[in-house]
Amino acid sequence: MITIDKVSKHYGNFQVLTDCSTHVNKGEVVVVCGPSGSGKSTLIKCVNGLEPFQQGDIHVNGTSVGAAKTNLSKLRAHVGMVFQHFELFPHMTIRDNLTLAQVKVLKRDKDEAAEKGLYFLDRVGLKAHAHKFPGQLSGGQQQRVAIARALAMDPICMLFDEPTSALDPEMINEVLDVMTELAQEGMTMMCVTHEMGFAKRVAHRVIFMDHGKIVEDDSKEAFFANPRSERAQQFLAKILQH
Amino acid sequence: MEYQWNWGVFLLPSAVNDGTYLDWMIAGLQTTLLLSLSAWVIALLLGAVVGVLRTVPHRGLSGVATAYVEMFRNIPLLVQLFFWYFVLPELLPTAAGDAFKALNPIAQQFIAAMVCLGFFTSARVAEQVRSGINALPRGQKNAGLALGLTLPQTYRHVMLPMAFRLVVPPLTSEFLNVFKNSAVCSTIGLLELAAQGRQLVDYTAQPYESFVAVTVAYLMINVVVMLLMRKVEGLVRVPGYLGGK
Repeated sequence: MITIDKVSKHYGNFQVLTDCSTHVNKGEVVVVCGPSGSGKSTLIKCVNGLEPFQQGDIHVNGTSVGAAKTNLSKLRAHVGMVFQHFELFPHMTIRDNLTLAQVKVLKRDKDEAAEKGLYFLDRVGLKAHAHKFPGQLSGGQQQRVAIARALAMDPICMLFDEPTSALDPEMINEVLDVMTELAQEGMTMMCVTHEMGFAKRVAHRVIFMDHGKIVEDDSKEAFFANPRSERAQQFLAKILQH
Repeated sequence: MEYQWNWGVFLLPSAVNDGTYLDWMIAGLQTTLLLSLSAWVIALLLGAVVGVLRTVPHRGLSGVATAYVEMFRNIPLLVQLFFWYFVLPELLPTAAGDAFKALNPIAQQFIAAMVCLGFFTSARVAEQVRSGINALPRGQKNAGLALGLTLPQTYRHVMLPMAFRLVVPPLTSEFLNVFKNSAVCSTIGLLELAAQGRQLVDYTAQPYESFVAVTVAYLMINVVVMLLMRKVEGLVRVPGYLGGK
C-alpha cells in the first residue's frame, strides 16, 4: 500500500531524513516512534507529499509521490491524515468541516456528503455536536472529529501524526479507542505516536527512528521483547519506566 | 481686532449664486464619501490579491507582489497623486491619453484621485492580509491540502476566511485612513470636503466656522466607519474562538 524507498531530505545543509526505506502493507498498522527531532513527523508528511523530499521515492497504492506529474491533490484525497493539533477549520461548524472536502474534492452533493459526515461523526460518538464550532469542543472531541473528517473521504489508508500529543491525559484514551477500532476493522494505518501501550495492543510493526534514519523496523513482538539497537533500548527503557 | 463669529454663514447664498455655502460643504462631503468608498473597494480587491500572492510558494509571484507593496507604500501619497494626474496621461498610448484628457476636468480629477488612493491603500491592505495569513497556524494549510483541496481551494475555503477575520481591526484603521488621506486630493483641484472648507474661507473670511464644520464632518464619517466595522467584527466572530462566544 505504502512503499518508502531510500528517501532522503535536507533543508540546506541540515539532513532531516537519510535513506529511509520501509513499507506498509494493506491492512497493516505500523507505529513510528523515536525521540523528538528524529524525523518521524517529517517522514509521515512525505507520504502524502506535504513535505517534499530530494532523493528516493514513495509510492502510495502504486502512485509515485515524488514524480512531478503526479496530481498530489488527487492522491491526498484518498489518504486520510490526522494532525497533532487537530486542525479543524475554526470558522465552520463540525458539519461543514466534515463535508467541505467531500463536496469540493470528491464532488459529492451536499446531502450525500452530510449524511456520510454524520455517519462517521456518530461512529466517533459526537453526533449531537454537529451544529457546534470546533472551539466549543474539547481537544479529545476535536481530534475525534478530525478522524471522522478524514474517514468521510473513504481513505485507502490513514496517517496519524502524533494524534494524542496535544491532548490532556484523560482525553488520550477516547482518541486511542477510535484508532483501535479502526485498526481492528482492517484500516491500513501509519501512526507516529509515543503511546507504547497502543503500539503493543494494536500495531503489527514498529519503526524506530533516530537522527533521520530508520534504526529498527520490526514486528512489535520483536521490537518490544528484544530491540536490537542500543538507541532503541535506551528509548524504551526511558519511556516504559512510567 | 475681535473675531466675528457668524454661524449663519452656511445659510448665505454663495458668491457665485449656486446655492448656499452649506450646499458647498455637502457637495464636498459627497465627493469625499464617493471618492473614499470607491478607492476602498479598489484597495480591498487589489490588496487581497497582492496580500495572498505575497504568501504563495512561488518566488516570481511573491517577488512581484513584494515589489508592488514596497513601491506603493514607500512613495509619498502626494507624489503618487501628481504622477497619476499629471504624468501618467502623458505616458499612456496617445489614444488612451487623449481620451482621458477629453473627459471633463472634474471626472479627470476624480478618476486620478480614486485610482491613486486605491492603489496606495491596497499596498497597506495587502500587508494586513499577509500578516493575517501568516498568523494562522501552519497546520491549517496542511490540513486543507491533506484533504485533497488544491492550494487555491485551501486559500479560499480554509485560510482566507480566518485570515480576514483576524485582520478586521487593522483593516478598520486602513478604512479610516482612506477618508483622511482623501483630503490630499484637494491638491489636484478636486473639490472634496477639505477643499470646500478652504474655498469657503476664501469667499467668506470665516475660517473658524468653516474648519470646525469640516472637522465635525470628518469626525462623523469616522464614527460611522467605526460603528460599521464593530458590527462587522461581531458578525464574523467565530464561536469558541478569539473572543467569540
